[in-house]
Amino acid sequence: MAKKTPLYKQHLAANAKMSDFAGWEMPLSYISPIEEHKQVRNDAGMFDVSHMTVVDFKGSDARDFLRYLITNDVDKLTSEGKALYSCMLNEKGGIVDDLIVYKINNQRYRMVINAATHDKDLAWINKNINDFDVELAEATNIAMLAIQGPHAIEKTQQVFTKEQQTTTKDLENFQGIAVNNWWIARTGYTGEDGYEIILPATEAEEFWNKLIEVGVKPCGLIARDSLRLEAGMRLYGSDMDETTTPLESGLGWAIAWEPEDRDFIGKEALIKQKAVGTTQKVIGLILEGRGVLRPHQKVMLDDNNFGETTSGGFSPTLGVSIALARIPKITADKCFVEIREQQIPAKIVKPVFARNGKPAS
Amino acid sequence: MATCPDNLFYTKSHEWVREEKDGTVTIGVTDHAQEAMGDMVFVDLPKVGAKLKEKGECGVLESVKSASDFYSPIAGEVVEVNEKLSSSPDLVNKEPYDKGWIARIKPDNKDAAKKLLSADAYTKIADEA
Repeated sequence: MAKKTPLYKQHLAANAKMSDFAGWEMPLSYISPIEEHKQVRNDAGMFDVSHMTVVDFKGSDARDFLRYLITNDVDKLTSEGKALYSCMLNEKGGIVDDLIVYKINNQRYRMVINAATHDKDLAWINKNINDFDVELAEATNIAMLAIQGPHAIEKTQQVFTKEQQTTTKDLENFQGIAVNNWWIARTGYTGEDGYEIILPATEAEEFWNKLIEVGVKPCGLIARDSLRLEAGMRLYGSDMDETTTPLESGLGWAIAWEPEDRDFIGKEALIKQKAVGTTQKVIGLILEGRGVLRPHQKVMLDDNNFGETTSGGFSPTLGVSIALARIPKITADKCFVEIREQQIPAKIVKPVFARNGKPAS
Repeated sequence: MATCPDNLFYTKSHEWVREEKDGTVTIGVTDHAQEAMGDMVFVDLPKVGAKLKEKGECGVLESVKSASDFYSPIAGEVVEVNEKLSSSPDLVNKEPYDKGWIARIKPDNKDAAKKLLSADAYTKIADEA
């Protein structure tokens, strides 16, 4: 039976269409995915993301272990609460998962990983702990809410307690802070400003209801996917997996090469690939003909060069269909995509389509 | 709750058929179907003049989340298509039985629609789905 988040009843009360997602019963949409998408781009929407995995790393070796476990370097987190996006690789450089890690203090870090990869991620992390003095603690009985949009901060502030308001007043982008047993972070997966908040399961319902009262609208997983696609953010399992490296996924920026003496899992394979050079790259596609781009469509650059879409859908902000695709590393600004045996023209663009309420020209 | 007008005929695959006075029939997808698919973003219409087979593919409806084939409920020739759906596919969501119609067909057999499901029979199937 699918697991239910602490907000399950709220979803039903809001008439959500529910569906199984990674073993969780999650809301796909409430009224209309396109309206929910626009609500986030133009105002403020909230997503129940309680299905995501939250793991705390505690102990004297927490820092050393994370520097070995992931591609980005937690030493970049110079102040408490700061967040870092990173990949976690296998020895071949393939991506086990992508994640966000927060520094709580020198001996404690918090990692948020994907729901669909929960079991294999924890197995992989545990397998590599070896002699490191680290204790893993998976957060349980929590809810996680993402409140996103140009008015998300302002509206959430209205329902915060005095203490939460004061503590989060100067919160910077990509930073989190603990307020009693809540974790309030200015992060997200939509290309808009907002918060991602981890809170006790027992307090989720009241907080959700208060947010609704100030006009934050519930948004489902379909809108979450179209928002992240427009923002050019990668989805694990679609845009990258264990068969692709960060260098082939447009995620080179999430690898910290310096300092050179830091070793991390997969580093050797990445160095080799970097020396030889990658043969593939990630690009954005805007469909110029009729149809809808979906994952796994064939992308034709010329008679000899083919690629494949990895994510695709309709962009409510642009009013056309868009996709992320992995193609051979050649220069081109046009291509054709095969949709139901027809070749439909598409424009090749940088893989960012819209952020902060407007198209990324 | 999805609506299902009494004066139309239906198929198990969620299409509806309306008999017109001139002997043609208009076809579309049901309210139940559009609700299940969600926001429509693209409709691939059949071509005027195309000869359709009963239960044959005659177009594609793409919503935000998925693409679904649309089957002709009856055999016949396409005499008109709803061009408005090219620019406003959401008409299928808003008015599935009116402005969201898909095509008008000259049926090979003029009584073909009557062999399809009644509103009552279709409602039972849709409720179980």
